[in-house]
Amino acid sequence: MKSVQLDLSAISVRELNDYLHHELIAEGPRVVDILKPNGMHNIAVGLDCPVEVHVRGNAGYFIGGMNKQAHITVYGNVGWSVAENIMSGSVRVKGSASECTAASGHGGLVVIEGDSSSRCGISMKGCDIVVGGSVGHMSGFMAQAGNLLVCGDAGAHLGDSLYEAVIYVRGRIQSLGADAREEPMTKADYAKVGELLKRAGFELSSKEFKRVASARALYHWNAEAHQEY
Amino acid sequence: MCGIIGLMAKKEELRQSLGELVLPMFDCMAERGPDSAGLAVFAPAVEPPLRRFSLFSDRDGYDWNGLARSLEADLGCSARIVTRDNHAEVVAAVGDDPFRGWLRRRGNGVRVLAVGHSIELFKDVGRPDEVARRYGFSALRGTHCVGHTRMATESQVSPAHAHPFTAGEDFCLVHNGSLSNPYSLRRLLEEENLEFETDNDSEAACRFLQWRMRKGDTIEQALGSAFEKIDGFYTFLIGTAKQMVLVRDPFACKPAVVAETDDYVAISSEFRSLAHLPGVAEANIFEPLPEQIYVWRVAA
Repeated sequence: MKSVQLDLSAISVRELNDYLHHELIAEGPRVVDILKPNGMHNIAVGLDCPVEVHVRGNAGYFIGGMNKQAHITVYGNVGWSVAENIMSGSVRVKGSASECTAASGHGGLVVIEGDSSSRCGISMKGCDIVVGGSVGHMSGFMAQAGNLLVCGDAGAHLGDSLYEAVIYVRGRIQSLGADAREEPMTKADYAKVGELLKRAGFELSSKEFKRVASARALYHWNAEAHQEY
Repeated sequence: MCGIIGLMAKKEELRQSLGELVLPMFDCMAERGPDSAGLAVFAPAVEPPLRRFSLFSDRDGYDWNGLARSLEADLGCSARIVTRDNHAEVVAAVGDDPFRGWLRRRGNGVRVLAVGHSIELFKDVGRPDEVARRYGFSALRGTHCVGHTRMATESQVSPAHAHPFTAGEDFCLVHNGSLSNPYSLRRLLEEENLEFETDNDSEAACRFLQWRMRKGDTIEQALGSAFEKIDGFYTFLIGTAKQMVLVRDPFACKPAVVAETDDYVAISSEFRSLAHLPGVAEANIFEPLPEQIYVWRVAA
């Protein structure tokens, strides 16, 4: 497979993304190495072709945002909103992620091998997120569809105002958010956890995970609740 | 937005090049705050009763030497002065209150930016990289420094509204965020006869914390009551003569990243402004947790 190296100390992020959006597609699938990312924002956003992208270092905000088809690996940490609104393909972070991982993600797989901080999976709409470490507070906030699997611990208010996304946690849950509840694991859940672990490449037993889902009490307006939930 | 930066050098040789190290951090954060900028550096302490006074005049070409001479004549002390652009530092054996009283009587529009034994403070409007060059940040030396690049969201753009804010001696604060209840904080503090220089929300937070500490709180206790009393979004970075302190609000609405090595502790709103630091690839890099107090002390 043809491969190309692009050095962000020599070209701008705008030039890089322009290449990934146009020339790369014209030249056919290949492997792209992005060097010296130095925490810059918006690296490899809006990709729409089956390419393998390796980001060799720490990236900033929105890395891999709106991704379609591409498989992006970051060999470092990432800032806020990695893989925001991901549609398909995958984004893997070898280090840790800051806030709002895969916010609003519609599809595809996001793997954070380290920790992912506050609001991981906020408003996710169908993507799958696997976190090797722990997630920060308010993770899974208003998550609508898809799965968030946490191999470590979960911070406070997990799954607050959840819709139909399902959260699996292996470690300790500091507290559950409004309308989130722990539910018994079914056969289908064990199968789903096993599948997610396999896709993420983590060798853990699905037996160790708990399921958190919506109690659906907030789906309908309750005038007698006096805003207390 | 707004950018915050902090750097504490753990080793003597880095203290000699603190300004050079911090300058690229500062330049990078210009994108988060392009309208004004400031930096407080904690330099070697002057011997009491000497104090450092960082001063600012809006008037270009202000007669700073004339100010120093009349200070000497009026208060009977010797005054050393170093000037740079609209800024001057006076070192004199005079207390904070007598100095401010004298400055007020003289009525020349000069403002006190900071007072203390260690603190030197520069702040002004303009692009942060230009402010940094105008005031020679790259030549600054000291144990630690706290800086800010401002994108004003709630009060005017003026040199006085730029961060860092100070209160008392050797105490400053920079803030990324916006507070919901700065006016109730102000009313609380005005009842305690505290005076404000601006209508800025961050000044209210700065004065609240320093007021708590003047009442005997440790910085941890003061921040504990700040969590109760201050409502809004904030990442605060606080500098004192011997400490650098970082907190984020309970929702962690505003960012911060820390990189620590055996040589330094570096703090910024974003990692990209730390990426140039020597040894950052091996640094312990972490994101501070919400409502946790992080304190770094200057090593002897």
